[in-house]
Amino acid sequence: MKLRIIAFIGLLICMVVVSCQSDAEQDFKRYYTGGAAIYKSKCQNCHGAKGEGLLNLIPPLTDTAYLKKNKAKLGCFIKYGIKETIITINGKAYEGAMPANVDLTAIEIAKLLTYVGNSFGNIMGTIAFEEADADLAKCK
Amino acid sequence: MKKLIGLALIALTFTACKFNDADKPKLPIMGNRDAVTKTVNGKEVVDTVYQTIPDFKFVNQYGDTITQTSLKGDIYVADFFFTTCPSICPIMHRNMLNVYNEFKNVPDFKIISHTIDPKHDSVAVMKKYADKLGISGNSWWLLQGNKEQTYELGQKNYLVAVKQDDGTPGGYVHQGWFVLVDKQKRIRGYYDGTDEKQVAKLIEDIKILRTEVNTEIAQ
Repeated sequence: MKLRIIAFIGLLICMVVVSCQSDAEQDFKRYYTGGAAIYKSKCQNCHGAKGEGLLNLIPPLTDTAYLKKNKAKLGCFIKYGIKETIITINGKAYEGAMPANVDLTAIEIAKLLTYVGNSFGNIMGTIAFEEADADLAKCK
Repeated sequence: MKKLIGLALIALTFTACKFNDADKPKLPIMGNRDAVTKTVNGKEVVDTVYQTIPDFKFVNQYGDTITQTSLKGDIYVADFFFTTCPSICPIMHRNMLNVYNEFKNVPDFKIISHTIDPKHDSVAVMKKYADKLGISGNSWWLLQGNKEQTYELGQKNYLVAVKQDDGTPGGYVHQGWFVLVDKQKRIRGYYDGTDEKQVAKLIEDIKILRTEVNTEIAQ
């Protein structure tokens, strides 16, 4: 009897874990595909279909270390743009400005970040709405 | 004898046909055209006058003055852009680089990109932009000059829309057309510079145009 209960509880835990995982996976897929569409319409012209950038004019999105380090600021960059400045990406200096996308909502930015953060060699996992929203509130 | 002449005539007609429809593809002549009646050797002849790109005066990224004379004997592709353009320019020039790389060592070919924001895009800014794109030499000129002249050239001569509009992102309305112009300054093709496939077609068409033998070239 005791064994049965343990087995049952074990099974229950297994089920919860499995279903939670697939929920998370589904969330990821939803964010990722939604983000891919936004990327295509808002970012790809400059940053390229493979996030390769454009020579020395536009930086690529392949600098995994930079993206990780600035994870909390990425939403601000997308929404409010980057003013004339020099940033170093993949060891190369890029000079210029990035236009703002003030019409993008927090959920759209979360999707976009999930897409960029898990493409072009980046592995950042899902960047959920709550996280993006909280980071956006801290934009300067 | 009569038979022989007849045969010769038939043979001639055949070869004439063959010469005329040549297997080589041909590019159309675009733009407005006029029929002009001229008197040649006392006879009235109707001739077609095709629209041509008039003379202009701009400065390239090296600070050199560029006029129609600088393009004499050249086939060229023209487009309109500005260096701070947030929308279609990066992809246009990403695609234009394919054209540049294909023909940069060809002596009778050039690319000219007119800025529609000459106030910001000074010669120094254009040079920097060229450097960032990896453009060197004299096969791709970034031209800067009088704003009204640039807009008029775009609208009236290249027949593409160019205008200032503070309501659009970046502040300027323009289409991403690449206009192909032949050695007689006639428009031979329009290609959507934002579409990689159309730009590939442009590269093929430039090859066709370069094989075109034309006696009118000498001017």
